[in-house]
Amino acid sequence: MVSKEMASVKIPDLIGKSVPRLDARDKVTGAARFADDLQFGPGLLYARIKRSPFPHAIIKSIDISKAQALPGVKAVVTGKDFPGFIGLYLLDRHIFCRDRVRYVGDPVAGVAAVSEEIAEKAVELIQVDYEVLEPVLDPEFGASPDAPLVHPDLSEYEVVPFILPRAGTNISNHFKIRKGDADGVWNSGQCAAVVERKYRVPHVQHVPIEPHVAIAQVNEGGTVTLWGSSQSPFAQRNLIAKTLGISQSDMRVIAPYVGGGFGSKAGVSMEALAVAIAMKTKGRPVKLRLTREEEFYTVFVRQGLVAYFKMGCDENGRLLAMENKFYWDGGAYTEYGVNMTRAAGYSSSGPYEVPHVKTDSYCVYTNHPVSGPMRGFGMPEMHAGLEQCIDDLAEAIGIDPAEFRKINCLKTDSILVTGSKMHATGLPQCVQEVIRAIDWGRKEPPSAPHKRRGKGIALMWKAPAMPPNAGSSAWVELNEDATVTLGVGGQEIGQGTFTAMAQMAAAALGVPYDWVRVAAPVDTQYSPYEWQTVASRLTWSMGNAVVNAARDARRQVIELVAEAWDEDPEDLDIVAGEVISYKSEESISLKDIVVYGLPKPNDSGWMGGPVVGRGTFMPTYVTGLDPETGQGERAVVHYTTGAQAVEVEVDMQTGAVEVLRAVAAFDVGKAINPELVKSQMEGGFVQGLSTALFESLQLKDGVLQNPSFVDYRIATSSDAPADIHAIIVEVPQDDGPWGARGIGEHSMVPTIPAIANAIYDAIGVRPGPPPFTAEKVYLAMLDAAIAE
Amino acid sequence: MAFHRITLTVNGEIELVDVPSNMTLLQLLRDKLVLTGTKNGCAAGECGACTVILDGEPVNSCMVLAAECDGAQVITVEGLAHDGTLDPVQETIIEQGGVQCGFCTPGILISARALLDRNVDPSDYEIRDALVGNLCRCTGYLRIIDAVREAASRAS
Ligand code: FES
Ligand code: FES
Repeated sequence: MVSKEMASVKIPDLIGKSVPRLDARDKVTGAARFADDLQFGPGLLYARIKRSPFPHAIIKSIDISKAQALPGVKAVVTGKDFPGFIGLYLLDRHIFCRDRVRYVGDPVAGVAAVSEEIAEKAVELIQVDYEVLEPVLDPEFGASPDAPLVHPDLSEYEVVPFILPRAGTNISNHFKIRKGDADGVWNSGQCAAVVERKYRVPHVQHVPIEPHVAIAQVNEGGTVTLWGSSQSPFAQRNLIAKTLGISQSDMRVIAPYVGGGFGSKAGVSMEALAVAIAMKTKGRPVKLRLTREEEFYTVFVRQGLVAYFKMGCDENGRLLAMENKFYWDGGAYTEYGVNMTRAAGYSSSGPYEVPHVKTDSYCVYTNHPVSGPMRGFGMPEMHAGLEQCIDDLAEAIGIDPAEFRKINCLKTDSILVTGSKMHATGLPQCVQEVIRAIDWGRKEPPSAPHKRRGKGIALMWKAPAMPPNAGSSAWVELNEDATVTLGVGGQEIGQGTFTAMAQMAAAALGVPYDWVRVAAPVDTQYSPYEWQTVASRLTWSMGNAVVNAARDARRQVIELVAEAWDEDPEDLDIVAGEVISYKSEESISLKDIVVYGLPKPNDSGWMGGPVVGRGTFMPTYVTGLDPETGQGERAVVHYTTGAQAVEVEVDMQTGAVEVLRAVAAFDVGKAINPELVKSQMEGGFVQGLSTALFESLQLKDGVLQNPSFVDYRIATSSDAPADIHAIIVEVPQDDGPWGARGIGEHSMVPTIPAIANAIYDAIGVRPGPPPFTAEKVYLAMLDAAIAE
Repeated sequence: MAFHRITLTVNGEIELVDVPSNMTLLQLLRDKLVLTGTKNGCAAGECGACTVILDGEPVNSCMVLAAECDGAQVITVEGLAHDGTLDPVQETIIEQGGVQCGFCTPGILISARALLDRNVDPSDYEIRDALVGNLCRCTGYLRIIDAVREAASRAS
């Protein structure tokens, strides 16, 4: 573990410097390789998938004979061939459905053929007989005893200890918080104001611009290679190996650059399909590339949510109690949903100190697409309602909403909803910063008489949600010219992690940034282990491993030179690629030492040799939580906190909402590369804006109505606000590299409620669930008789 | 399936290829010429990742049939730099931090180059308008817009 004094030692110049991205040049010239760009020669086969047209049905029979007979078809596989279960926390899925389909798009058979057209034709020739069952289309109903069961065998599934499914129901996890006595507070009438609200958040999709691609090859001996657009090469290796019953060392995953992930390429979604098909193609590689339509509903979507909040405060605006109920629409299977439900539970107070909290967070199986993690891991959905409810409570007690947040927001040492203490946090500064930057309390005149302006604010917190023991590792190897090859297993998905890691390695070793190369693509056969590129955990976790590896290499070099010069290692340092002695003022260039070592005096031999540093990191202090109360010593590694404020203009004639400007402030502990941090804040804001104003998967009886960019609109260049002011707050994390903690996902967490609150400020009406389309806002204004 | 023998110029190189009638220009570039810088994000003319300059105009190459490109001049992202010198808009998009995952980047650069070729001093509105067909899920667009503005100002 990285020691605590790290935060207090002098911070190297390279840390906090906005060096250019090391992948940028390849990405602007077209040289950067993504999974679909890899070349496999004429032996490559193409896969297509036969999918369920029903949200819920029993498979009575599958006839693949016509497909098999089609010339050019090399393999047809069904669930019969693969009995194993797969899943990250709860093993509830087969690679191909065996007896039952649970959402429209559920894979029932796969084909490999010499061309995509032939594979497509073969898929059409597969005949499946179904017995259609009643689907579950709403999570609240799904949690009730009246709902048909989506997984009748739930009680038999293998599950990790911290997830608690309820046998005989559709509830795949029930997480509870019982802190203090919320019932007592309501009954005693202590609250000067209480508000109760219900919110709905629709399913949305991640919409990476690169669709999922996987290429699998299985050699005769049974070893598997998978090339894929992947955030989780090691998790894929582990999960797929387990379900196939092979050794992890016989399953190799190679993951080139990822063209946007946002959670959709985490865990296992479609990759296992390609592997399963390739098991039957006698060594020929098989490529499965999803169409944009498939991308919308056959890989992960963001969970839907039905949330109830009840909040009360005293006459000074101090929060006294909260009672929250979350019904997560987890969809047909739950790769991550169960853990999002848990994360929402242990974060259910929002970033506020609340003495009495009662929460029930349910993950519910439905016959909707598989709900997976999306940037924010449940937090944007939960905060969407929570932060609007906070505004309403502030209004009810007659306190300005920004002031109300200042009073109640978490401070260092606040008691958290799980009973432990908040670590050092800059949340109060973040609130202060956005209030100042947005000119809170000042109303600008609208740009036209039929428009109205408003401002809104929202706060957030989010912890990396992961198993308590998710680990990282790294190596640092010096080359002949003292350039450095850095091995990591975390993935470059656009966030800039390779750049930040190179910076940290260079800083910890004592070489210029441009001497460091990252060993890419990540390849589980050669790269060091990394749990997954999720949870905004790399800067902190992989960063610690990288720093440890670089320090290990540095120690080897310094010990060698100290011995050669007969000096105390304490007097030596590595600066700009030179080993120097502060005592003797000697110096030697790294390239004269690494790889070949140093001669001993009088031609008596050699010392040293190749330098390879190794480093690992795994948090060791996360404890379990009481299953009845959700209380425990330390639920998570840390929370990143932040705030956003926006100014909007609403057109009273059309309902159109324009976000004029946005400000965002997040406490990132220490910004390793400030421009990359700001880029995350900006990109996350626009993604959040897009989900606030435009996005919703329109599911009708389980069938997606809008699986294309024409019908599912995401923010374009014309929707970005004129200005996004990103503010970095730095209150160091005690065990982060130089104090750093993550920021990638957090940047879209408060955006929906910030915009909702600004709309309310502008027009005095809340437009209902997102997206706040012009039509919806206009109808809300008509209802309130304020439309023009 | 009928094949057509066509000749076209891609990034200054003359290419002679046999293409099936249903092959798109995007498939020709990626699969036949192995110019994989041009990306496939939807194959339906809706995302802009496949944008190339065809006879001076930016087009979604997934919506153009290869057989119709006989005699055409095509510029892809691989053709923007010359002798190792980046196009100004490639330079400025790096400097402004307009690249994240990089999957939209080739299409964005091509749209930006096409804009600057016909309009040396575009307004912010014109820049946003020229990029409206290029979806980017990562950057939030502002740094890309800054990069195009900066490239224009350097050229003038
Ligand atoms: S791939 Fe051509 S527009 Fe999307
Ligand atoms: S940089 Fe990822 S889509 Fe634009």
